[in-house]
Amino acid sequence: MSPEKYLEMAIAMPLNQILAEHPICRDFFMNLRLTDLDWNLPLMQALDRTDQDAINEFCLDRGMILREFSLFLETFSKVATDAAAIRSLTIIGGHGKSGEPEMPRWTARVGEIVSIVGPTGSGKSRLLADIECLADADTPTGRRIHIDGREVSEKQRFDMEGKMVAQLSQNMNFVMDLTVREFLEMHAGSRMTRDAEHAIARCFDCANDLAGEKFTSDTKVTQLSGGQSRALMIADTAFMSSSPVVLIDEIENAGIDRRQAIKLLAQKEKIVFISTHDPLLALSADKRIVIRNGGISRIIETTSEEKNCLDAIEKLDTTLLRLRNQLRHGYEITMHTVTGEE
Amino acid sequence: MKLITFAGPPSSGKTSVIIKLIEAMAVDVSQIGVVKFDCLTSFDNLRYEEMGVRVETGFSGKLCPDHFFVSNIEAAVEWGLKCGFNTLISESAGLCNRCSPYVQGILAVCVIDNLSGVNTPRKIGPMLKMADIVVVTKGDIVSQAEREVFAFNIRQVNTSARIIFVNGITGQGASLLARHLQGAREINSLRDMKLRFTTPAAVCSYCTGEMRIGAEYQMGTMKRMEFKDR
Repeated sequence: MSPEKYLEMAIAMPLNQILAEHPICRDFFMNLRLTDLDWNLPLMQALDRTDQDAINEFCLDRGMILREFSLFLETFSKVATDAAAIRSLTIIGGHGKSGEPEMPRWTARVGEIVSIVGPTGSGKSRLLADIECLADADTPTGRRIHIDGREVSEKQRFDMEGKMVAQLSQNMNFVMDLTVREFLEMHAGSRMTRDAEHAIARCFDCANDLAGEKFTSDTKVTQLSGGQSRALMIADTAFMSSSPVVLIDEIENAGIDRRQAIKLLAQKEKIVFISTHDPLLALSADKRIVIRNGGISRIIETTSEEKNCLDAIEKLDTTLLRLRNQLRHGYEITMHTVTGEE
Repeated sequence: MKLITFAGPPSSGKTSVIIKLIEAMAVDVSQIGVVKFDCLTSFDNLRYEEMGVRVETGFSGKLCPDHFFVSNIEAAVEWGLKCGFNTLISESAGLCNRCSPYVQGILAVCVIDNLSGVNTPRKIGPMLKMADIVVVTKGDIVSQAEREVFAFNIRQVNTSARIIFVNGITGQGASLLARHLQGAREINSLRDMKLRFTTPAAVCSYCTGEMRIGAEYQMGTMKRMEFKDR
């Protein structure tokens, strides 16, 4: 639809009809404190009957409000149809901390899970940061990131406004004072999700599946445990976020089903990079990037033998979880707790 | 000389963003000057001086910070030209959510932070609404969802601004911001240019030092609330 069409719509259509089609427009009027308009009228007529002083406080007149409203309509109709799908992400190698070149070029495809391993301080987070800013030889590593085999133009870079990449790290917290349900509703609202109810329900169920301990939808997000928060963030990123690239920095093993969580993200047509020391996560990935002294030293495709080890590793993990729970609940540890025999 | 105006609520990270921006610009710091408009006290000059950037600080004291800004920005530009800067950055704290120290035709940047509450963008007013570029800070410590909702709420108030996420500690995003600012226009003076938004009007008895409460002490421009009976 052309900008003129939105303007025509703003001029001619009664407000309640516009609101029915674009509920988000209610926010436009709330932002301008215009809450008691006659919604049966088109915008200009409704503004005629309202207190002009109140409008003046925003340094606006009727014509300016009309212009802004049609811009608002135009902007938020676009958001609804915005699809940011990509097929691949290519890392063009730069150099390590001592200037030695790293591997020249490597491509990850949609649906792939890539783990990043290496000693603490070796440069795992730097690689995530390079991907996040779609580096163009302008970071300390000299790396470049291409999307779908092509350089990202200056214009695309500006237009994307950070929508390419979703991030998840253990430093991240919820700061909103909302319940889980309100939180998901708010995010769905901002995504202009078509079938919001359905998306919210799926997201909530999935977060509960991932979390060790269950939580209800009327729990405040700020009161969730570490594992529950992480589970909700992962489910939310999978079902609500449109970003095709997901970067995960060290999700702790606080009682969430990590293997399932990562698979879930990859199923959603995303490319997932995960920096980790956790064997279960590292080997759940399809490939892993080994970082040494700031540079990518190797890329290993997870071998079938490694995949076969996953079950055994999961058992070890379950053992540790059991020990942790025993301690948590104030019991003593015996050899039986370790071996899992009653 | 290019002039860039930065504004934003207190503690949103304006100074940190500007410092990371100057680093990302990768030019001789002697070509850059900063004018800091503050209210009562400020320690940010030390942070600029530490990196060798010349800074002048002005305190609005008992005056409205917006009125203070507009009556001093022209002289600030003259100072910048005299010092031979290529770029002059003005930094001012918006204290009443109405502050809008932006000049028409001069690149305007608003800095707000993700911790300030998800509805804050909808309340800030002209400082956000009138900006060309909105820099969002502290995104590394809130959830992805909150970042997205926050950006969405910015977009509601300002449909045309560029939104850039900058980490004031690591500098992530600062080089993108630097590239945006290259387009700022060259000026020789601000004479006869206009603000983008009116400054708050208050010519009343309290402006001239009245402290007593009561209708008989109130003169000049006043606005009274209406309290409804049940």
